[in-house]
Amino acid sequence: MPGSITSDVIKPPAPPRGGGFGGGGGGSDGRGASRRASMTGLMVLLAATTMAFAAFTSAFVVRRGMSNDWVALPLPRIVWANTAVLLASSILLELARRSLKTGRRTAFNRYWTAGTALGVLFLVGQALAWRQLNAAGIFVASNPSSSFFYLLTAAHGLHILGGLTALVYVDVQALRLRLGPGKRTAVDVSALFWHFVDGIWLFLMALFLIWG
Amino acid sequence: MSSPVVHAHHAPQGFIRRWIFSLDHKVIGIQYYFLALFSVLIGMSLSLLMRYHMVHPDAKVAWFAKLWPTAAQGGIMTPELYLSLMTMHGTIMVFFVLTTAPQSGFGNYFLPIQIGAEDMAFPVLNMMSFWTTFLALVVMVAAFFVQGGPPLSGWTTYPPLSAIGPLAGPGEGLGQTLWIVSIAIFCGASLMGAINFIATLIDLRCQGMSLMRLPLTCWTWFVTAILGLLGFAVLLAAGVLLILDRSAGTSFFIPGGLLVSDQILNHKGGSPLLWQHLFWFFGHPEVYIAILPGMGVTSQVLSTFARKPIFGYRAMVYAILSIGFLGFLVWGHHMFMSGMSPYSAMAFSVLTMAIGVPSAIKTFNWIGTLWGAKIHFTTAMMFALGFVSLFVTGGLSGIFLGQPALDLYFHDTYFVVGHFHMIMGVAAIFGMFAGTFYWFPKMYGRMMNETLGKIHFYVTFVGVYCIFTPMHYLGIAGNPRRYSDFTNFDFLGKLLPVHSFMTQAAYGTAAIQILFFINLFWSMKYGKKAPINPWNATTLEWTVPSPPPFDNFGGVHPVVYHGPYEYSVPGAPRDFIMQTDPPDAANAE
Repeated sequence: MPGSITSDVIKPPAPPRGGGFGGGGGGSDGRGASRRASMTGLMVLLAATTMAFAAFTSAFVVRRGMSNDWVALPLPRIVWANTAVLLASSILLELARRSLKTGRRTAFNRYWTAGTALGVLFLVGQALAWRQLNAAGIFVASNPSSSFFYLLTAAHGLHILGGLTALVYVDVQALRLRLGPGKRTAVDVSALFWHFVDGIWLFLMALFLIWG
Repeated sequence: MSSPVVHAHHAPQGFIRRWIFSLDHKVIGIQYYFLALFSVLIGMSLSLLMRYHMVHPDAKVAWFAKLWPTAAQGGIMTPELYLSLMTMHGTIMVFFVLTTAPQSGFGNYFLPIQIGAEDMAFPVLNMMSFWTTFLALVVMVAAFFVQGGPPLSGWTTYPPLSAIGPLAGPGEGLGQTLWIVSIAIFCGASLMGAINFIATLIDLRCQGMSLMRLPLTCWTWFVTAILGLLGFAVLLAAGVLLILDRSAGTSFFIPGGLLVSDQILNHKGGSPLLWQHLFWFFGHPEVYIAILPGMGVTSQVLSTFARKPIFGYRAMVYAILSIGFLGFLVWGHHMFMSGMSPYSAMAFSVLTMAIGVPSAIKTFNWIGTLWGAKIHFTTAMMFALGFVSLFVTGGLSGIFLGQPALDLYFHDTYFVVGHFHMIMGVAAIFGMFAGTFYWFPKMYGRMMNETLGKIHFYVTFVGVYCIFTPMHYLGIAGNPRRYSDFTNFDFLGKLLPVHSFMTQAAYGTAAIQILFFINLFWSMKYGKKAPINPWNATTLEWTVPSPPPFDNFGGVHPVVYHGPYEYSVPGAPRDFIMQTDPPDAANAE
């Protein structure tokens, strides 16, 4: 305890305390992100994303509870298919990660490419959902329920887009056989982010179904 | 003692990679610092214009008419222009000065060095974070030059005023849109910065740098980063809702049946209170984002120049953490006037008072650090002492405002203006000055001039008290805030001499800042050469050359054996033990 000087002075250098913290100093490979720092950075990013969606959710609940102009939104049926597609893409990415761990590169490439493709398909599906709503005459400003639907799907879609960028990057590296051990972090980080965004979507579906 | 040289990294040679799009945390820290200095000049000029107008509301100023042909026709400032100056003063000061310099400026420069790392965890993200902040500032300043000018809605941007567009007044069109876009960009930049700070502190500490050996500056930067991370994400979400209300016809915040400029608006059912909740959920932690790094610098400087360990290091750490935590539970005390249930107000009030406990612990420990010390009155130390003084003064008026019954009276008066300028504005600025005088030798390899520094300190210290103390008196006397002109109200006429005094004090305080700028730039070039450790301080930044090499430690990985504030240790050969001193050296007679 630095406040009481004597305890630290006489002891040999204490090893870094507190679980996996400390040590390292960025690793001997110098500048740039270490794997551990990347994981921490990802967790921090997920915390921020959670906060933003929590803010939207609380606005959703408050806006619905405070007024009497809320009309339940008929969910376009295609979102169910989209949900299945997104879940499948997460499963494929997880299979890809497992394959990589056991060194099956070809299987990894196949699973990862398929997962990425399903991610794109999900976005296309969401666009179709918007078109269906439009065709039914439901626009952003029609009702707070539709405002929130468009807003939350758009915010989620942006995160999907960010995730897809990472997935495509990993995929290109993998197909060009450039997936060295250093890129394993990119695999894990992008897959974890994807699962998280997947989870956000499940939460949003529950929100639409229960309160929408 | 350090482990042997592994390999040194060299700085990129090209001017652009080295000084403009630099990945070096030290260059980025300086970029942030100067962005804040530029912003503070704008913010301060706006405040002088406001203070001038309050005392001379009818004055015809020729160059006003040139600057604002519509908003100051014939050289007379309109109330709308006054409000837009107020909005931009608040916004620029809060976001681009108080959030930027203490955290992103000093934090970027010194967090990696103080924990023994070569750089931030994600240097590219760090660079992007700065340039995104720069873009946000450009967009914000652009609001001065568009039709209608800057927005009128204050830095809190309450709807419906901010949400209904040009109908609400000049500046509520494009100016307000630019404001929201700029803040949204700023939120993105802050999130990038927060990710970097948190990952760096958790994962890049050198060997032996346990959490309880971190300098208190690092603790405050860390907690501030967490506050920024959670707060700015919510502000970003709120900003998106506001933009949709403005441009997509939604009604998140705009109530039904609103009559503006003889038009009934086509919105219905929205809740302006929803914005206030979302905004202040960010806004209150933002106050701590501004002040916490100042607390860290103050602790560091007080301990160094009192030549004593910081009193109650662990208590300080827990106080920082609990201030950060409680900061998220008290946003409602900004909304006592909004008609909230007295029961919620009571809860928010009790939680607000609870923040007094860790704040008092910090103040007590600062005084405990000073108690019986042989104090070295350097300029940095003077500003740190000034920080403690301002923090106490501003904190005391907070106790009044935290009580709903009193706040109902005080809320829309100058009492609030006095309170938050003392504790959030000036105290944080004093923290920045303390940091500047303390770390300048490390950043530029030269000492700042102490005589000029002390003159600057004394005039500034007396000056800010002369500006902001009378505001409390004005508030008690019932002087409303946000008014541009007090001459039309009988009961306010008698207070005009007080306003006049404050305006004079503001002129003087602003003028003396020129001395600071002279000192800063003159010392960069002509200051006395600084040794590695001019203050005989203990933390890691004082083990490396001034200024530090590109990779901070010249390829050496430092090893830490001591706490950050081991001054005047009995039996030690010197009155300070560096964090990197080997353990046996301390015992040598």
